[in-house]
Amino acid sequence: MSIEVRNITHIYNKGLPQESVALKDVSFTVEDGEFLGIIGHTGSGKSTLLQHLDGLLKPDEGQILIGDVDITAPKVSLLAVRRQIGLVFQYPEYQLFDETVAADVAFGPRNLGLEQEEIDERVRESLSMVGLDYDKIKDKSPFDFSGGQKRRIAMAGVLAMRPRVLILDEPTAGLDPRAHRDVLNMIRTYHKSQADSIIILVSHNMNDIAEYADKVLVMDKGQVRMHGTPKEVFARSAELREIGLDIPDLADLAEKLETRGLHVPKDAFTIPEMAQAIARQLRGGKTDPAAEGGEDA
Amino acid sequence: MDDIVRMEHVTFTYPATDVKESFNALNDLTLSIEKGSFVAIIGQNGSGKSTMAKLVNALLLPGEGTVWVNGYDTRDEAHLWDVRQSAGMVFQNPDNQIVSSIVEDDVAFGPENLGVEPAEIRRRVDEALEAVGMSAFKRNAPHLLSGGQKQRIAIAGAIAMRPQCIVFDEPTAMLDPRGRKEVMRIIRQLHEEGITCILITHFMEEAAQADRIVILNDGRIYMDGTPREIFTDRDSLMALGLNVPMAVDLSYHLHDLGIQLPAGIVEEEELIEALCPSK
Repeated sequence: MSIEVRNITHIYNKGLPQESVALKDVSFTVEDGEFLGIIGHTGSGKSTLLQHLDGLLKPDEGQILIGDVDITAPKVSLLAVRRQIGLVFQYPEYQLFDETVAADVAFGPRNLGLEQEEIDERVRESLSMVGLDYDKIKDKSPFDFSGGQKRRIAMAGVLAMRPRVLILDEPTAGLDPRAHRDVLNMIRTYHKSQADSIIILVSHNMNDIAEYADKVLVMDKGQVRMHGTPKEVFARSAELREIGLDIPDLADLAEKLETRGLHVPKDAFTIPEMAQAIARQLRGGKTDPAAEGGEDA
Repeated sequence: MDDIVRMEHVTFTYPATDVKESFNALNDLTLSIEKGSFVAIIGQNGSGKSTMAKLVNALLLPGEGTVWVNGYDTRDEAHLWDVRQSAGMVFQNPDNQIVSSIVEDDVAFGPENLGVEPAEIRRRVDEALEAVGMSAFKRNAPHLLSGGQKQRIAIAGAIAMRPQCIVFDEPTAMLDPRGRKEVMRIIRQLHEEGITCILITHFMEEAAQADRIVILNDGRIYMDGTPREIFTDRDSLMALGLNVPMAVDLSYHLHDLGIQLPAGIVEEEELIEALCPSK
């Protein structure tokens, strides 16, 4: 299943004095199995765009095709669409509501009309996917957990729907470094476990986007400014800075090393990759990273 | 006295509820914070950071031990307002700490409650808004501002109290990168002007800007030192699930690959200099 966004425009308060164009002629495609990162400054239209993908907002112009369903068509059943799409809002832990963890996570699958056995199975599986032990916590109140654990429970509730498209808006905001990594790894695990599922991640953290996403969409003033692989997008550092965005720390380092005459690839987005690349350069381009060291910088 | 905050053998216990046992958020914690310093407090969620912050402002009182703020025992009710006036507080969520519908009224709220003269309030509000670069917005409605701007208003509200110390509890957690930089710039500036800054954060690059870093774990001090002392001990930080700055991690991996680098690299510039020495 792919997503095709065709020329969508969205105007808030149309016809009123405070009318503002939130999205302007936005077009892009997300392929089957793709992990798309969306970046953009606050007010660039990212959240408005996400709400369109879930059918919460309708565009003033343009179309959105999810698979072969046009979710912007006048009489489309959004229920069918929402069964395919899971949206994790910012601070999803504020949406926990049920008396027990198990009931909270089961809420989505139950609304899908699944058999009890299937629901139980999904609740168990999604809690395990977010690193929580079903047997230990199923009967506890979701409100008795720490912030990071609550967020996992809330995410499990979305994963239990087994969405084909999982959309996450700043899922790591406010988490400590370990919980931050755990959440990203959970998203990756889910992506791998569901064949051809699509992940759409909105984040201000360029390091995460560079490391996890296959493609990056850059929004600016309601328009698509760039769309490409992390390597292509983050190579345009001057343009990104101009619209108030950063580039990943390692891409920034690569640029600085370049000006000092050390050429390292711009798409080494993890520390071990970058270390290998630097080591290779320092050894004069020899490719065997396991070669004996000792040649000083 | 040279310490603005002194905690001596402080234990703080959250009481048991119907469904949860009581637990100690702080365990026999002893910590002093020097006047005029800039101290970052880091640690995992649940390590006791926010409890510590609330003890400094007398929002919580110690179960055991004593907290002294500017020489006042925080349990001494007669000096509660002296404590709160000495140590201001800025929280994570700007929306939860703005009380008025006009920016300058919000900043005036604190000094008004202290009973400061109207002319003096006017002067303080103007100065505080100037300090955070928000003078142009003084007659605006706070809810129409960006997160970073709202947080600057919250900081102006704290400054208008003329505190000697401000505790910032994850002030940038909900902000975008631009907002985070604005807030960090203001914190550094307040520190330069002599205000003691206590910054609780999950962002290591923010902690690296402080003079001193204290790491809490299970309500106890796990490490205490300069950013250089703390961040060069990569193993201890990783053991707690914390991050180290990029240059530290990269140097560690380069060392593993047999690349010899000088010890103690923390800053990106130091790494670049070690890799490509300028002549």
